[in-house]
Amino acid sequence: MEGMLADRQDQVHRTGEQPFTLVCNKDSLAGAVSQRACVFCGSRVVLYPIADALHLVHGPIGCAVYTWDIRGSLSSGSELFRLSFSTDLQEIDVIFGGEEKLYRALIELIDRHSPKAAFIYSTCIVGIIGDDLEAVCRRVEAEKGIPVIPVMSEGFKGNKRAGYTAACNAMARLIGTGDTAGISPYSINILGDFNLAGEIWIIRKYFERMGVEVVANITGDGRVDDLKRAHGAALNVVQCSGSTMDLAKIMEEKYNIPSIRVSYFGVDDMAQSLYDVANHFGDKEMLEKTKKIVQEELTRIMPQLQIYKKALAGKKAAIYVGGSFKAFSLVKAFRLIDMQVVMVGSQTGTEQEYRELAEITDPGTIIVDDTNPLELSSFLEEKEVDILVGGVKERPIAYKLGVAFCDHNHERKEALAGFEGMLNFAREVYSSVMSPVWRIKK
Amino acid sequence: MSKKAPNYISTTNACKLCTPLGACLAFKGIEGAVPYLHGSQGCATYMRRYIISHYNEPIDIASSSLSEKNAIYGGGPNLKLGLVNVTQKYQPKLIGIATTCLTETIGDDVGRYLNEFMRETEGTMPIMVRVSTPSYNGTHMEGFHAAVTSVVDQLAEGGETMAGNINLLPGFISPADKRYLSEILNDFKLDSTILPDLSDTMDGPAGTSYKEIQPGGTPIASITSMGRATATIEFGRTIGEKSGGAVLANKYGVKRIVLGTPIGIAETDAFFAALSSLSGNPVPQKHAMERGRLLDSYIDCHKYVFGKKAIIYGEEDQVVGLTAFLAEIGIVPVLCASGGKSGKLAAAIRDVTGDILAEQPQVFEGMDFFDISEMAEGLAPDLLVGHSKGYPLARKMIIPLIRVGFPIHDRMGGQRILHLGYRGAQALFDQVVNAILAKKQDDSSVGYSYM
Repeated sequence: MEGMLADRQDQVHRTGEQPFTLVCNKDSLAGAVSQRACVFCGSRVVLYPIADALHLVHGPIGCAVYTWDIRGSLSSGSELFRLSFSTDLQEIDVIFGGEEKLYRALIELIDRHSPKAAFIYSTCIVGIIGDDLEAVCRRVEAEKGIPVIPVMSEGFKGNKRAGYTAACNAMARLIGTGDTAGISPYSINILGDFNLAGEIWIIRKYFERMGVEVVANITGDGRVDDLKRAHGAALNVVQCSGSTMDLAKIMEEKYNIPSIRVSYFGVDDMAQSLYDVANHFGDKEMLEKTKKIVQEELTRIMPQLQIYKKALAGKKAAIYVGGSFKAFSLVKAFRLIDMQVVMVGSQTGTEQEYRELAEITDPGTIIVDDTNPLELSSFLEEKEVDILVGGVKERPIAYKLGVAFCDHNHERKEALAGFEGMLNFAREVYSSVMSPVWRIKK
Repeated sequence: MSKKAPNYISTTNACKLCTPLGACLAFKGIEGAVPYLHGSQGCATYMRRYIISHYNEPIDIASSSLSEKNAIYGGGPNLKLGLVNVTQKYQPKLIGIATTCLTETIGDDVGRYLNEFMRETEGTMPIMVRVSTPSYNGTHMEGFHAAVTSVVDQLAEGGETMAGNINLLPGFISPADKRYLSEILNDFKLDSTILPDLSDTMDGPAGTSYKEIQPGGTPIASITSMGRATATIEFGRTIGEKSGGAVLANKYGVKRIVLGTPIGIAETDAFFAALSSLSGNPVPQKHAMERGRLLDSYIDCHKYVFGKKAIIYGEEDQVVGLTAFLAEIGIVPVLCASGGKSGKLAAAIRDVTGDILAEQPQVFEGMDFFDISEMAEGLAPDLLVGHSKGYPLARKMIIPLIRVGFPIHDRMGGQRILHLGYRGAQALFDQVVNAILAKKQDDSSVGYSYM
């Protein structure tokens, strides 16, 4: 790319043009205007949907206020998680330490809301002034009799991935503390779905129809008590591998629970996910039920999908998402409606994931790690893209270029997972690409 | 009625943002400028997302993207690398560098780094303005004003006074407000520098290419000449003594005129009077007519709003202006709340409402939405006036929310909301009246067809 910063060039690959090489999982380049957030963000988005926990951000006000009600995660009960709690550290706290303020804030909030547990997020400044979060949490836990868990998410200690790890470590402290009596041998935990627009409810229904018991949602519409007994499940079913794979690994080591990686986006991957679970349990009746579900759902959505497919065939798409695992499913989902993916990238993909993306994408496809607005806009122009899939920060880039947009990030209000999610996805793409506003002369 | 401020240790649903966000917005209103945060990567990204959700416009905020190693050994090398990269990619005229809580706490001396850097690069770099914005000190408004002050302090020059030229430091206003202010000043035949100017940079037309830096913003040449203006008008009854206007007065003897943010007729009259006096021209007929129509509508609708109770929240100076406006149309402000802590809010509100209201509203600084909600229960308000983060409270109380200011995250067009002057008051007034009428109509068992 013309004018691309030299230090960024090894983070872009073009499929088929040379042997696969791509550098990733490194700190964002200063001054490059990365689309990434920080460690705290990684932890916050993963733990946020645990609905009946208190989520207290220990730091100055910004970290809490920018993550207030930030996800489209829905809850079937408690709405406590949607409030934004902060210790709002002031200069005097920075000088003399914030432990006492944290302690008093925690006591106040626990008395007010009676949460099932509390997560205390560390921020940049707390890492610098050296507040002992562990000690404060132990003290409050002893006084209040609920789990009070520090999340070591100082913003500068790596990128979003490090935040996922910190969140997983925090959840691991809850798991194993509950009673697992009565859990079915055909049982799973759902990891890595955040119930955006009610998606986990769609997925849970499929599993219920298969005769599989879901022990814990991790974390969409999550509950502390479910997490505590999650070690009683027979299998961990992990989506969005970047965010919760660490937890699956911990549970495998500690409780010998195997895990499988799945994706609920697009019909192929959705069906495969259900089959993988059925095959894992090796139960014939379950497999029959699964086939029936897939057949029923496909019969229901395919005719409608054809309408969108006809209109969208041949259009070109670009994808820029948080974790690259989701990108695989999106590439396939676009293929299903005869669209071509010409650029795909993510904030936090791994080398293995990018390598596999290079294998499944068409020649000439741009694969990019940790990109920025100027690169992204030049890719969109170069490839004459019809639609960009991304999040809020990518949206104005597409719109200013006259390119359609589909929100596939955590603020979305449309369920895009499951079979019906594929239909919603196609409708979302259709409603932006086919809008008459693009025809008006600028 | 309790007159005591809630006094909780914890903060729930804050009614303020952090200082660097305000600084970034102020820098974004300068021609050819890129805002730059010296801190970890997350701050820039979070603020961009928050700002984009309001304006639906791109805003690129660069970052030093500090890692753990930098936090221990100092962020100087990353700062310099970041500035080099931003310069290469964006070719800005100016980089506005704001610090964050991280770099303030590790003790990075940004001034020294920049001096070193300027020596090393020997004039090949753009103008660099720096401002100290630790997020544990103040709100986004302190950050905004501090950035404006820094820009003026570091760029304005003295010299021969330019007759008929004034400076206007309006504070954090909408692009629509800025466009209208320019129109007013033109109509008074005044040359002016309005700093900052987000009207094009954060409310641009649809394009065909992605601009590295959106066109528009206050021209740097105009900022340089601010020391030669005949006067500086600053909006904000609660702004501090270290304002841009104060700097210009102290350094170059530019007359400083501090006015309330002109929301409503009374505060706007004061603004127009000042313009008349500075320009020597009477209020142009067009604006006199707008004032007349506004007053006519006040009279037509006075009965529908009279005695209705309102809670007003948000940035302090905006709260003062809105309270002045609501009081003059007969609405009773029952609670005025801000996350800011200037120490001047109650006095400012008394100054603008003292001759109208029999009893002063409860006025509290340092409030969050938990405090506001708790107090609201006993106050039985008829409407809320503030930004979109008050929506949960409006929903709970089943009362209308008049969306003003920043952020507007749940509706389109936040950048096009007009608040200031006679025209802004007209827009607000129609909204307030119609919200009250709609509520009455919706709640009615028959559903009136006429008012």
